[in-house]
Amino acid sequence: MRSTHPRRPRITLDMAMWVFTRVSGAAIVVIALVGFFGAMLMGARTQMDLPTLLRWTFFPNPNHVVNSNIPDVAVGWSGLFWQTLQILIVVFGATHGINGLRAVLEDHFRGPRIQPAIRAVLFVFWLAVMAIAIAVVLAD
Amino acid sequence: MQNLKVIAQGARYRGGNPMWSWLLHRVTGVGMVLFVVAHIAASFLTQRFGSGAGMAINAVYESPAFQLVMYFCVIYHALNGVRVIILDARPSLMRFQHEALWLQWLTFAPIYALAVLLIVLRAMSGE
Repeated sequence: MRSTHPRRPRITLDMAMWVFTRVSGAAIVVIALVGFFGAMLMGARTQMDLPTLLRWTFFPNPNHVVNSNIPDVAVGWSGLFWQTLQILIVVFGATHGINGLRAVLEDHFRGPRIQPAIRAVLFVFWLAVMAIAIAVVLAD
Repeated sequence: MQNLKVIAQGARYRGGNPMWSWLLHRVTGVGMVLFVVAHIAASFLTQRFGSGAGMAINAVYESPAFQLVMYFCVIYHALNGVRVIILDARPSLMRFQHEALWLQWLTFAPIYALAVLLIVLRAMSGE
């Protein structure tokens, strides 16, 4: 008699990214809230406009806001803690965003040749974005 | 002819609020990816080459109209994502998915209204 156990499903890219999208989405919200309240504590309440606040929330890097009016901008935002958060949000954000773009593109363009082409282009793009962003984080 | 039929059926598909939030989640997500790409490209062009193209892109996304769109994308995508995560983690809560959608819009409204107010006030002050 043949086994009635169902075969364990193979984990596909889409299954893995389904989980990753939820985990990274929650992580990005948490990291962004840390950046947002950090900016508020350091003077954003009186000294920042909204575009600047958005920059600090998602990428709290001293080089990222050259026009900020905060006097001790480099003091407040440099350091291992903020650098770690920046690298985390870059890796989570680039992967989450580019995988989302992949999901949308693959829904609209189907075919045996187009799918590997989309994946190849987005893979190179993903590595390039992370390399540039991490280089900026570690520059100072 | 067959294709036209499929499109007509699709247009009549009554997914209601969950369908529109699915679509809006995609549109706002792609919007943010395009913005970040434009932002990185503009910074790169400006800093490395002092290029006018970089400054032209900067002028677009520093405009108040663009800020209104961008803040909508960020706040909507974040709140809708949290709703999706919660409902996926606790499928029994799907009974309340319509209530969850209304709760999401009730949360979205005051946050986005504050952002709109600050953007409009700053645009009117002419800074």
